[in-house]
Amino acid sequence: MNSDTSDWKPAVSREMLLKRQQFFAGIRHFFEARGVLEVDTPILSEITATDPFLDSYEVLNPSYDSALYLLTSPEHAMKRMLAAGSGPIFQITKAFRRDERGRRHNPEFSMLEWYQPGFSLQDLQLEVTDLIEFLGYQGGAESMSYREAFIGAIGLNPFVDEPSGKGAEELQLLVMASECSSMPSSDLDLESALDILMTHKVEPWLKSRGAVFVYDYPAAQAALARIETDQHGNSVARRFELYIQGIEIANAYDELVDAQEQRRRFVDDNNRRAALGKAEIPIDERLLAALEEMPASAGIALGLDRLLMVLSGCHTLQEVVPFPAGRV
Amino acid sequence: MANYSTNEFKSGLKVMLDGDPCSIIDNEFVKPGKGQAFNRVKYRNLKTGRVGEKTFKSGDSVESADVIDLDMEYLYTDGEFFHFMMTDGSFEQHAADAKAVGDTTKWLKEQDVYTVTLYNGTPLSVSPPNFVELEIVETDPGVRGDTAQGGSKPARLSTDAVVSVPLFIEQGEVIRVDTRTSEYVSRVKS
Repeated sequence: MNSDTSDWKPAVSREMLLKRQQFFAGIRHFFEARGVLEVDTPILSEITATDPFLDSYEVLNPSYDSALYLLTSPEHAMKRMLAAGSGPIFQITKAFRRDERGRRHNPEFSMLEWYQPGFSLQDLQLEVTDLIEFLGYQGGAESMSYREAFIGAIGLNPFVDEPSGKGAEELQLLVMASECSSMPSSDLDLESALDILMTHKVEPWLKSRGAVFVYDYPAAQAALARIETDQHGNSVARRFELYIQGIEIANAYDELVDAQEQRRRFVDDNNRRAALGKAEIPIDERLLAALEEMPASAGIALGLDRLLMVLSGCHTLQEVVPFPAGRV
Repeated sequence: MANYSTNEFKSGLKVMLDGDPCSIIDNEFVKPGKGQAFNRVKYRNLKTGRVGEKTFKSGDSVESADVIDLDMEYLYTDGEFFHFMMTDGSFEQHAADAKAVGDTTKWLKEQDVYTVTLYNGTPLSVSPPNFVELEIVETDPGVRGDTAQGGSKPARLSTDAVVSVPLFIEQGEVIRVDTRTSEYVSRVKS
């Protein structure tokens, strides 16, 4: 607890409060005009994300047997709405991620999440481009695969098992990741090496390129996206990330609607959590039941504070969030 | 010895990296969209002064370094060690060797206060205040009426440091010097 109360004031000016209001109002106007229904779902839930690298705040809940979590995203509840026939939906909500704190991370943040039944990822990219342009982004957007981004940034193809034989050697990726992180390569596996190269090499390379949709991630990074085979024979996750000036703004999936496959991924996530010494997350049986009815959809989660930061020419979230971590 | 988790990293934190005491200069939390989070740390090795970069998996922890910065008054040198005394009234003295004092020797003036960094109780480095006031012991005679013009000349100070001063400055005058840039700032009226 900080006893210094000289920082009681909001971190941002009234001008920024007005900017935030116009930004949120603009988003609502954009979706209303497209017939996308605004919904709201709980942020406090008995079940949360199983992603082994995502930690939820657990809330004390002494009157009940089960714990409650502050959600990392409203994904499960929104998919249950889709399965029940809601049609296209969006929501502006708060999301929480434990221990994520820095210039570009705040443990509590504003998120825009929306789903479009029947949309392909290409359709969704067009809609995202329309949205950010509507909100004032200028400079156009390009699209490149994860494979192309790595080859462009570091000259190595990240798909080590590519059937054409054009993939990089795993060792080359480990050595490069070790060099730019000063972590011994013996501490790294292919997945952590790719994560290091993405954050240390590829994202800085994307910085000069304006808005970029990076798509077709390695299948190991699929999360809740469908997996397919790309033109090079690689098993890829049908998802994309939007980067603006090298900053990750949004993450989209061609949503997995196969309940059996989803159950396997939940179990696999929990096994990986156990290996990392993290608590298992109960499997969301209601979501699995809903997936049986869910229409094929594209869905996306977008970090609103980061988008506002980029659109305002700011470099830290602390310049756009009224009460960032450390002042609350 | 205590450990710090990456969640506690911030600039100024003193930690042991590769066996040496280091001070964190900058800490950046990074995470790809899906995947592991890392802390990219820029640090200064307090023994060598060198700046380096190192990445940690978020949640990892490192040993803290027993490093503390203290204000101390410079007393004298015996030729081998430089002797400093705590300014907190304890009169506790510490002897720093030439390696710890390093380039700060050229700004050392008796009775001035310096920041002495102790590592495991022993002086590791000595840093001068941003500004010191020292007497000029040798310089060419001053040029009268030349106060507005540019132009400068070397002047040797009482500590043997040599700085550039304006032409009108005389031998025997006391001047204020910025220790970060070794530049003349102003005359000091006596």
